[in-house]
Amino acid sequence: MIKTLRKQAYAVPMAAFIGLSATSMVQAADLTISVQNLTQGITFTPFLVAAHDDATKLYQVGMPASLSLQMMAEGGSIDALAADVMAAGGEVITNPHQNVLKPSESVAAFDFDTGSNTHLSITSMLLPTNDAFAGLNAWQIPTEAGTYVMHLNAYDAGTEANNELVVPGAGAPGALGIPADPTGMTGTGGTGVAMADTNTNIHIHRGALGDDDAMAGKSDLDNTVHRWLNPVLKVTVVVK
Amino acid sequence: MQSIKRILTMTAAVVVLASCGSDDKATVMPEPMTPEPVTYSFEVTVQNLTNNQPLSPVTVLSHAMDVSLWQLGQSASMGVEYTAEAGDNTMLISDNTNFDNASSEGLLMPGNTATLMLTTDDENNYLSIISMLVNTNDAFTGLVQYDLSQLAVGDVKSMLLPVYDAGTEGNSELAATLPGPVTGGEGFNEMRDDVDFVSRHSGVVTSDDGLTQSALDESHRFEALVAKVTIERTN
Repeated sequence: MIKTLRKQAYAVPMAAFIGLSATSMVQAADLTISVQNLTQGITFTPFLVAAHDDATKLYQVGMPASLSLQMMAEGGSIDALAADVMAAGGEVITNPHQNVLKPSESVAAFDFDTGSNTHLSITSMLLPTNDAFAGLNAWQIPTEAGTYVMHLNAYDAGTEANNELVVPGAGAPGALGIPADPTGMTGTGGTGVAMADTNTNIHIHRGALGDDDAMAGKSDLDNTVHRWLNPVLKVTVVVK
Repeated sequence: MQSIKRILTMTAAVVVLASCGSDDKATVMPEPMTPEPVTYSFEVTVQNLTNNQPLSPVTVLSHAMDVSLWQLGQSASMGVEYTAEAGDNTMLISDNTNFDNASSEGLLMPGNTATLMLTTDDENNYLSIISMLVNTNDAFTGLVQYDLSQLAVGDVKSMLLPVYDAGTEGNSELAATLPGPVTGGEGFNEMRDDVDFVSRHSGVVTSDDGLTQSALDESHRFEALVAKVTIERTN
């Protein structure tokens, strides 16, 4: 009992100290963020923008995706990822563009007071793909004021075979297919490109294949429209 | 005694001042002078890093801060369209309020380098570069609004340049639409049958990778970075 009390007594000044240092860091983590789609034919689902501590990660390249990340990468749903971040004490902004981000569009600059959180993550799914996503992964927020520009690559979540067949609504984990085509330029009648992922961990996406037959072929994607080269997003963070 | 010391000190000061000047007319009142325009010199070297995409005459321009040859997500200017579809920079150079410009001669073949001299002044210290990948519909590489004022004499800066799509011509890869040596097809066409905004390029597909109608083969493919620029301030 005494031990516990001691612990508490010890914990109070510690908390006060952390609270103090957190207050002094608020200004350093006062951000203005903008995001631009660099591609000609890829649309991005609503973004999750998250601030968190250094122990939290939305994903790790080379490791299997979490179920939450899988839901985002396969279906564009960021609810579970956002809940994970908040459960870990982080802050989130969901869907700052209030829509999908079409080719070449920009998410208008928005403010993000990240409080005492030290790291920033941004992620979104690429459409039309099976499970491609782009991400800024646990970027340590600089303490020095300035404008920081980053170019983001596309990753393969490794959770769904890249069969490149459009199956409207197939966004839930386990539902095979590209869930939506905002471009309106996909075809039908494909027989399927890949039947499985060789690398089932998160890795740099090899790109879409597509074909030139809108009614047949292996893919429902158009090889002159739905391919991309990295980077796919430009993120600008102003640290005030 | 004190005043003599003072005079001596003052004389010494005048001598020091006079010896600082480049001439000895220290007593002549300087006329209000127009400062001679200060210019700076740069050597810009561009290397073609593709496998089989010659670059159209590489164009380098110096200009004011507010000049932007192109902007991602925005419609390309006619000057950029001409350059990206036909490799013809005539309009771009005459269109833009550049302070100085230089272009390389003929095609810059894969692996080769072109070195160009460029002058800037205090009002025009931004660099832009543009060149077409000629075996494509409207792919180009380049650099926009690079701030040269950050370079001191002797400084050298190198960067890899990405490939952009002008968005002014659909990427059909049809022989008749490719002006490069592969087919010698049409260059500029004023019709804009594509998305009409500048973006990063997604690469050529080619007949070897599933675009049956393409006049290109696998050798013409490229990745996101297609050229290297080295900028040296020489004066």
